[in-house]
Amino acid sequence: MKPYLLIALPLAGAVVAAFWPSDRTRPWLLPVVGALHAALCIWMLICPPPLQHDAWLAFDPLARAVLPAVSLLFLVCAAYGVPYLRTRVERPNRVFVALLLTMLGLMSAGHQARHLGLLWIATEGVTLAAIPLLHFTGTPHAFEATWKYLLVGGTGIALSLLGSFCLGYASLHGGGNGDLTFTTLMQQGAGLSRPWVLTAWVLVLVGYGTKMGLAPMHTWKPDAYGEAPGIVGALLAGGVTTVAFTAILRVHAVVALAGDGAIADRTLLAIGLFSMLIAALFLLGTRDFKRMLAYSSVEHMGILAVGAGLGAAGVWAALFHVWANSLTKGALFLSAGTIRRAAGARTMDEVRGMSALTPYSAAIFVAGMFAVTACPPFGPFFSELSVIRAAFEAKHYWAAAMFLGCLLFVFFGITRVVFAIVDGRPHARNIETSRRYAETLGTILPPLVLLGISLWLGISTPSVLRTAWTEAVAQLFPTP
Amino acid sequence: MIVIVETIARLAGWLLLAPLLPGIINKVKAWVAGRRGPPVLQLYYDLGRLWQRGVVLSSLASPGFIAGPAVAWVAIVGAALLLPLGPAGALLSFRGDALLVIYLLALARFGTAWAAMETGSAFEGMGTAREVSYAVLAEAAIITAMLTLSVHAQSITLVEMLTPASGVGAVLLGAGLFTVLLVENCRVPFDDPNTHLELTMIHEAMILDHSGPPLAAILHGASVKLLLFVVLLTESVVPLGHFSGPVACAVLALGVLTVTVGVGLVESLLARLAFRRVPLLLTTAILLCLFALLVAWKGGAA
Amino acid sequence: MNSMVNLLIGLAMGLNLIALASSRLPALITAMAVQGMALGAMPLLLEHHFDWMVSLVAVCTIAGKGFVIPYLLRRAMRAANIERDMEPTIGYVPSLLLGAGGTIAVVAMARALPLLPEHAGSLMVPGALASVLTGFVLLIGRTKAISQVCGYLILENGIYLFGLLLIHVTPLFVEAGILLDLTVGVFVIGIIVDRIQRAFDTLDTRKLTTLHE
Repeated sequence: MKPYLLIALPLAGAVVAAFWPSDRTRPWLLPVVGALHAALCIWMLICPPPLQHDAWLAFDPLARAVLPAVSLLFLVCAAYGVPYLRTRVERPNRVFVALLLTMLGLMSAGHQARHLGLLWIATEGVTLAAIPLLHFTGTPHAFEATWKYLLVGGTGIALSLLGSFCLGYASLHGGGNGDLTFTTLMQQGAGLSRPWVLTAWVLVLVGYGTKMGLAPMHTWKPDAYGEAPGIVGALLAGGVTTVAFTAILRVHAVVALAGDGAIADRTLLAIGLFSMLIAALFLLGTRDFKRMLAYSSVEHMGILAVGAGLGAAGVWAALFHVWANSLTKGALFLSAGTIRRAAGARTMDEVRGMSALTPYSAAIFVAGMFAVTACPPFGPFFSELSVIRAAFEAKHYWAAAMFLGCLLFVFFGITRVVFAIVDGRPHARNIETSRRYAETLGTILPPLVLLGISLWLGISTPSVLRTAWTEAVAQLFPTP
Repeated sequence: MIVIVETIARLAGWLLLAPLLPGIINKVKAWVAGRRGPPVLQLYYDLGRLWQRGVVLSSLASPGFIAGPAVAWVAIVGAALLLPLGPAGALLSFRGDALLVIYLLALARFGTAWAAMETGSAFEGMGTAREVSYAVLAEAAIITAMLTLSVHAQSITLVEMLTPASGVGAVLLGAGLFTVLLVENCRVPFDDPNTHLELTMIHEAMILDHSGPPLAAILHGASVKLLLFVVLLTESVVPLGHFSGPVACAVLALGVLTVTVGVGLVESLLARLAFRRVPLLLTTAILLCLFALLVAWKGGAA
Repeated sequence: MNSMVNLLIGLAMGLNLIALASSRLPALITAMAVQGMALGAMPLLLEHHFDWMVSLVAVCTIAGKGFVIPYLLRRAMRAANIERDMEPTIGYVPSLLLGAGGTIAVVAMARALPLLPEHAGSLMVPGALASVLTGFVLLIGRTKAISQVCGYLILENGIYLFGLLLIHVTPLFVEAGILLDLTVGVFVIGIIVDRIQRAFDTLDTRKLTTLHE
């Protein structure tokens, strides 16, 4: 019952938001529903409900290991959303609020889906729900970004559907009944038809990889993250990508049991390292701090893919990194949104000296930058350390070396942009806009909370999370 | 003795019937447009008149100016004689005669192009360039079509090859060959035989400077070529072998008439294509023949 | 019945080539719509006995892909006042050759693929792959938003055809959900096309290049 409640609650909230009469009070629905959802999620994290194996939607160990992170991120973003929408009074927010809640419901469905078709429907639903959010600002640039997101994302998601069908056909050809639930597929294991499993793996990796933003399918990401409001960017980078990542993990488990685990691991490693490399190179060139966050997201998706390709220990590290990345990246997106509004521009040529204009947000931005480039003692440092340890255990020394090299370049690239924006004396134009959009407690606290959680994750990872990740790994790598 | 009589009979048939086709096409066009149009036998009158006229020769032109049309005419008539006529078979049949037909048609084109280049006129050079560049694609299509027929019949002798497949393959091949027919004979939508504007001409531009009997030879050769393609199209789509002698002859004649009327209808209903769109249509023709080839191949394997 | 299915798929493959070769947007939209209808009717042929849910899905598919979506696209086309997709990134002859070469390649490849005996003689797998390929060529090779949308829909048609291999085992509501998602997706695309037209006063996606490094 509870898994359905996780989905139904936000969707019901969305319906209420759609009919709520007042534009001024409607945004409060976001934190209310977010808090209920997060409370339910954390309760289920601590006392997991019994798992029905044949259920299509269930709070299984994998969902338990990642969904609370998304829920927490949403709650904080929702809290930020209230003051954000107050600065945007000129635009009606009915669609915005309703679709944000729809996104939360569909993300919950995607994380809990144990049926390939259902998973696809949820992912496509999230993709479509995000579209009006992306062009909320209504500028031509926003439409351009939305068009690219729609076309690249739509094509990717279509390919993942083809991949899902291929997996079904693999089951059918291997003598199974073509059932698309992960439990059945994993039970059939080596009985699946190998060529079709491989085809399915490639298509699913490309399809959901597009959704995650792995290079070279990442091209929509800088545009979309650059143009979207900070809160939407945070949810896309921390929530939607996670749905795609769990989809890849689930299919990977099926592929491994079918006997093609080694090939799947190698492709994941290759595509992960390639994403990190591309991200590092572009980070050295970009001058726009919101696009910088997008490339940083590409880099972290690469880290997740590398982790997923390193066996059980790597997957454990990747699940850790999902938490660390989602929450830290959320802090960065939210503080960047505040800075962007106060500065009225986005590139380091037009923005300077924000430490004087928005001192708290700038401080959070700098701290978040250190966190996201894996400086101790924040969460990402420890999760990336686990990934490297897993790489050494699996004797992938070259991969580890490349991984570290990319991290170094990423550090150069990100610090270059961040300090250019924070340091120096502000432009006259920045000072002028910052009077209109000053930072308030409502826009400072949410990113600070996220940064605090990231710190807490790093210093003392709660044992309940460690067991949740271990159990998720056990679900994905069943011992015969 | 019989061979000689048969040769003469076939030759007479090809030579005398061929000028009828452009007349029929023009009649159809006139009928669709609601005009009375020129008489069906108009080309016969034209040929007769041209034959009586003298020849204007440029002082710059070499003997090739006269030899070109002659070579073309002989090559086309030779190719026509190789083509089997339903139950009557071919006058001369040997392994690989299909290839000879293709080569003879190419030789005819070479003859016309040669004669056109002899005058040194810019218009004729332009027409030749266009004609030859279309021919590159059209020949690829006709070679593919011949290959389709030979793969289907497992033979490279025309008599055996012209036992067409049924179903999708025949439809594809028919469509492809029809397009080839239109381009090879300079019909709409590739070329407009009635155009009076030199800049848009293709085939007509090539023969601007010809007069008298050489022009008659070119015009007559063109009509024989048209008849040849119409017969080839009919025989590669309609399974004539299934009928007895006289019925097959009637079916063949009916098929020829249908295709001719079809050409007339296409000319009345379609506008001429812009030059840069022509390669697309020719590629389509090649692909149609290619898919027919694939169907023949797959059918043969199954 | 199998030959009827193959005939429809052959028709769809021919429409792929027409879509690749046509520079006029109405022709492209019509090719896409006819293909959608041909494939939409397939479930009726594949089911051995009459089932009202299957018929409902088929009717919805035909109505959606054959009439609603083409109507929306034609309206967008008229609003933007464009008839042709000039200057494609991949020319018409090359894209036609690519499509034809791809079709031949997938027909040849489908023989090498391990298929169940009941699908071995059918054109379903090559037909699906050919449509996917055509969709990609259109997505990459055309510059107008409407042509790209048509490419996307042809790609979807291919995937739909592949999904029909699983028609006997996939629960119907999953298919219905997929269909719903697609329809909503296209509606959203239509709206965005409309907005792009208003914001940029063009549907030429080459103009959408203000965002770059």
